[in-house]
Amino acid sequence: MFKLEKRPQPSKVWTFGAPILAVVLTIILGMGLFAILGKDPILATKVIFWDPLFGEFADLDRPDVIKKAAPLILIAIGLSFGFRAGIWNIGAEGQYIIGAITGAALALSFYPMEARWLIFPLTILFGALGGLVWAMIPALLRVYFKTNEILVSLMLVYVAEVLIKAMAIGALRDPDGFGMPGSRDLRRFASAANPDLITGSGIHLGVVAALLSVVAAYIALTRHQFGFDVRLAGQSPRAAAFSGVNPSRLILVCMAISGALAGLAGVFEVTGPSGKILGSFPTYYGFTAIIVAFLGRLHPVGILLAGILLALTYIGGNLAEQSLGLPAAAIKCFQGLLLFSLLGVDLLTNYRIKLRSKGKAQ
Amino acid sequence: MDINPILLLAALMVASTPILLAAIGELVVERAGVLNLGVEGMMITGAVCGYIVGHGTENPYFGFVGAAFAGAALSFVFAALTQFLLTNQVATGLGLTMFGLGLASLIGQGATGSSDLIVGKLNLPIISDIPVIGRILFQHDPIVYVSLLLVAGTWWFLSKSRAGLILRAVGENHDAAHALGYNVRLMRVLAILFGGACAGLAGSYISLVRVPQWIDGITSGAGWIALAIVVFASWNPWRLIAGAYLFGGVTVLQLNLQAEGLKIPTEYLSMAPYLATILVLVVIRAGRAPGSLGKSFHPSS
Repeated sequence: MFKLEKRPQPSKVWTFGAPILAVVLTIILGMGLFAILGKDPILATKVIFWDPLFGEFADLDRPDVIKKAAPLILIAIGLSFGFRAGIWNIGAEGQYIIGAITGAALALSFYPMEARWLIFPLTILFGALGGLVWAMIPALLRVYFKTNEILVSLMLVYVAEVLIKAMAIGALRDPDGFGMPGSRDLRRFASAANPDLITGSGIHLGVVAALLSVVAAYIALTRHQFGFDVRLAGQSPRAAAFSGVNPSRLILVCMAISGALAGLAGVFEVTGPSGKILGSFPTYYGFTAIIVAFLGRLHPVGILLAGILLALTYIGGNLAEQSLGLPAAAIKCFQGLLLFSLLGVDLLTNYRIKLRSKGKAQ
Repeated sequence: MDINPILLLAALMVASTPILLAAIGELVVERAGVLNLGVEGMMITGAVCGYIVGHGTENPYFGFVGAAFAGAALSFVFAALTQFLLTNQVATGLGLTMFGLGLASLIGQGATGSSDLIVGKLNLPIISDIPVIGRILFQHDPIVYVSLLLVAGTWWFLSKSRAGLILRAVGENHDAAHALGYNVRLMRVLAILFGGACAGLAGSYISLVRVPQWIDGITSGAGWIALAIVVFASWNPWRLIAGAYLFGGVTVLQLNLQAEGLKIPTEYLSMAPYLATILVLVVIRAGRAPGSLGKSFHPSS
C-alpha cells in the first residue's frame, strides 16, 4: 500500500514540476475526451496547442492569443492576492462585466466629443472603478455582516449578466442602430477606442496593462509589506493577527485590487476587441481566470504563462471547432480537467508518497 | 392585477423543489465537514442526463434515477480529489462546477425529446379535493413529496441514528472522530455521493418537470442558491424548507409580475432571486458551521 507522509516544507522541485505534469496529464485526458468524441486525438491536440502559435496561419492567430491572454492575466493577477490570503472572490466575471458597462457608459455620455486626452483616461478609470465598487459589495458585507463572500460575489455575477442585457436594449442602446440591441461601436469613437498599438499585432493598451500588473504584483509580493501580510495571512491567520495584520482591511484591499483589475479587463475589452455592450458580452474570462490563477500557482510569472496557455485553448479550440467540428463545450471540459489535474498533482508538492514496508503494515 | 394566490402558492412548491433537493444533499455533505461548491455543476449534469434518459426510455422516473447516478458519479471525482489527494475543497468544487457546465453542454448537444413526457400528478383521494389546501399542497408530482420526505429522513438520520451521530462527529472534529476509530474518509465519501445524487435529481426535476426542456445553462445559479440556503438554514434540515420556499416564492412572484406586464422591465425582475439571496445572507445571522467544515483530513498517525 501507499502511504502519504507530509513534507516538512513544500518540495521545491514539485512546485515547478507539478503544473507541468498537470498540463501533460490534462493533454492525455483531453486526448481521451477527443477520441470519445470521434476526433483524431493527436490531430486535435496539434490544432489546439500547436497551430495557433506555429501553424500555417499562425500570423493571424497569434494576435488573438495575445488579446485573449491579456484579460485572463489581468483578472488572475487580481485574484491571486485574495486567494493567497483565503479570500475567495469568485465573482470576477461580474466585476468584469460591470467594468465594461461603467466604462462604456462614461465614454458614450461624451459621444461624439473629440477629446481623447480627457475621455480615454476617464473611460478606463471608470471601468476600474465600476469593477472595484462591484467587488466592494461582497467585501463590505463580509466585513460588517460576516456574509460569505463566495456566495455574494457569485450571485452578483448573475445580476451583472442581467444588467448588461438590460443595458444593451435599454439605456446604452445605439440610438442610430435601428432598434437593434447593442451599444454604439466604441472602436469607431476615436476618443474612447482602444485599438492595437501596432495595427494587427493584437497588442492594445490592455495587454500593456496586463504586463504591468504582472510586474507590480511581483514587486508587491516579494518586496513589499503588503505581499508579506497576504502570504502570512494565508499560511497562518493567527500569526498574521499577532503581527498586526488587520483582517478586515486585508479583505477590503484584496477585494478592491481584484475588482479593479477585473473592471480594467472589462473596459479594455469593450473599447477594444469586442467594441460593444451586448448581451453576448460575458465571456467567461472571470471564471477561466480562476484556473489561470491556480495553474500559475498564484505567482505573477506563473500566471503570465498560464494565461497564455489558456488563451491558447480558446483560440485553438475555435480552430478545432472550425476544422474538425470539435464542440466548443469540449474546451470548457478540458479547462475543468486542467484544474482537476493541477489540484490533484499538487499532492506531490506537500506530501511524499512512500511504499509501506511489509513489516510496518498493520 | 389578478394573480391567483392559490395557483401562486401551488407553483411555489414546484419552483422550490429543485433548490430544496440540492440543498438537502449539500447539508449532509457540510455536516460531514466537507464544502462542495460543485452543486451547480452536478445539478446541470443531472439535468441533461435525466432529460436524455427520461426521453430515451419514455419514462421520467428512469430519468430521475439516471440523473441521481450521474450526479453521484460526478461527485465521486470531487470525493477522490478532496479525500484521497487532499486538494483544496473550494478550488476543487469550483472546478467541478466549471467541468460540469462544460460536460453538460457537451452531452446536451442536439439532445431532443418529445415535449409530451408528463410526470403524473399524485392525485390522492379526498385530500386532493379539499378546496384551496388540496390545490396548494396535494396536487403535485411525486418528487415534490420525495423532497419533503428526504428532509424528514435527513433530520431523523442526523439526530436519531447512530450513523448520523458519527457523521456529525466527523464533521465537528475529524481528528477526534479518527482517534475514536471512526472511518472519517469513508463517511465523507458516502456523504459526498449522497449530495451528488440529490443534486443530480434536483437538476433532472428542472429539465423534466419545471421547465420541462433541455436548454444550455438551464440551472442558472440554482445550485449556488441551494448553497446559500444551507447557510441560511444554519445546517438544520427543517429550516431548509423555509429557505427553499422563500426563494421559490420570490421566483414565482417575479415570473408572475413579468407576465402581468408591470412597469418594471422584466430584466430587473429576473434579478430578484439573486438579490433576495444576498439580502437573506445579510439579514439572517447564520448559526455555527460544523467545526471541520472545509478542512482537509490526513490521518497522520
